[in-house]
Amino acid sequence: MRGEIAVVGIGEVDLFESKGRSPAGLMAEASRLAVADAGLKMTDIDGLFTASSVYYTPSLTFAEYAGLNPRYSDSTVVGGASFEAHVGHAAAAIRAGLCDYALITYGSTQRSDRGKLVSQAEWLPYEQPYAMIHPISPMGLIAHRHMHQFGTTSEQLAHVAVSARSWALRNPQAPYRTPLTVDEVLSSPVISSPLHKLDCCLVTDGGAAVVLCSADRARDLPKPPVYVLGFGEAANHRNISAMPDLTTTRATESARRAYQMAGLRPTDIDVANVYDAFTISLLILLEDLGFVPKGEGGPFVESGAIAPGGSVALNPNGGGLSYSHPGMLGLFLLTEAVRQLRGEAGERQVGGATTALAHGMGLTLGAHATVILGTEDTR
Amino acid sequence: MSTARPIPTLRGEERAYFDRARARELVYQRCRACGAGQWYPRVVCQTCQSVDLELIAASGRGVIHSFTTLYRAGHPSRTADVPYTVVLVDLVEGVRVFGELVDADPADIRIGLPVVVDFQDLGELTVPVFRPSNGEKNAR
Repeated sequence: MRGEIAVVGIGEVDLFESKGRSPAGLMAEASRLAVADAGLKMTDIDGLFTASSVYYTPSLTFAEYAGLNPRYSDSTVVGGASFEAHVGHAAAAIRAGLCDYALITYGSTQRSDRGKLVSQAEWLPYEQPYAMIHPISPMGLIAHRHMHQFGTTSEQLAHVAVSARSWALRNPQAPYRTPLTVDEVLSSPVISSPLHKLDCCLVTDGGAAVVLCSADRARDLPKPPVYVLGFGEAANHRNISAMPDLTTTRATESARRAYQMAGLRPTDIDVANVYDAFTISLLILLEDLGFVPKGEGGPFVESGAIAPGGSVALNPNGGGLSYSHPGMLGLFLLTEAVRQLRGEAGERQVGGATTALAHGMGLTLGAHATVILGTEDTR
Repeated sequence: MSTARPIPTLRGEERAYFDRARARELVYQRCRACGAGQWYPRVVCQTCQSVDLELIAASGRGVIHSFTTLYRAGHPSRTADVPYTVVLVDLVEGVRVFGELVDADPADIRIGLPVVVDFQDLGELTVPVFRPSNGEKNAR
């Protein structure tokens, strides 16, 4: 599969607050932009991949809304990792001849919906009666365990949020335009210990879409193709009480599969786009993806390693912590990876980037999908 | 204003767990075929797929594997309860269970703290909770 499939179009819309668009409307606008970016027409799209937390049958809902007639559709929902999973599923479908041009799309009005019932989350009956805050309380359980095992501190976690904001200041579309300090993170209210409000991602609206096709078809399209070099999936739990190990996830497995297919190692990755719903989940994923040994994430982020100028160019757009997090972040990791590999990232451009990783995480570090992308030179 | 705690819709094997909790028992499963323990109860063994599973009352004793204290309620029914703490507990029987820690000052809560089960009636549902075991003082 390595190098046989390419991302040829991307689109994003209303990344902080929806301008009067429904979730399906955000998907439609982002899709229109992505298809135009690819130099295609909506009628070319014959494969549809989407996930949602508001639509029960999202690919059906969106096909109807946008007037699509896909011959292949996939509504795989594994939380925020869904869209990285869709890349692998779309690549397989294209290779099998089941579709030619695959559209992956997502839209959410989570910010505008605030305070209203927006989630279809099914609760485990053995957890629901205690009324924890999902997903913050499970992340609190995970954070305390990481602190216990490895000596990680709240100050170190705060550096994750501070680094994300430093990157976001280079992104004119990011919503907050002032630097963040460790003290500000630590003095924000504790929501579910040890996690503060500013250990948590933004709550935004937003829509995104990407278009994929075979490398052969990609050659005829206007933008430089960004090739899928590696892909891997893994999952370990749905509910926090069933998480086998609170501090090591099966991102280790999804990443191993992706690196192996790509023939690359973590040190070969020029831009890392890693799901940062919480400071602690990002820290654990940095370890599990091989950017730092297990247990050493705290000192690593404290040293400035993930801030601009550090050893890992991480989430240059500001990520879920400081750019946009409309319920599920996965697709926005892919759009940024593609922008970086096309050299379209403006002030935050990572110079000469030829390889990028996008790692999606679902729910409470329960589902994982890793995608490695590369330019023509890396194919 | 009092709001009811969130009560799950119980389906199939889920009901037996809460029936036993109503009878003041915290139950887990042991597989008669391979001996593996599991919580929560399922209709097949996660380890060997056997359906020959036994629902066993646990001692209710264990240690805190991890905890988080909520300073914002996770449901309107719990607004007056903050701060409250949910825990993962490693039972001496070798299974990990989820619950709430009661009768503990947040400042005293730590991983490894010995706890013992108790039960709370939430209207139609009884749920297991844990309290610090403090030697024999709170032993049941």
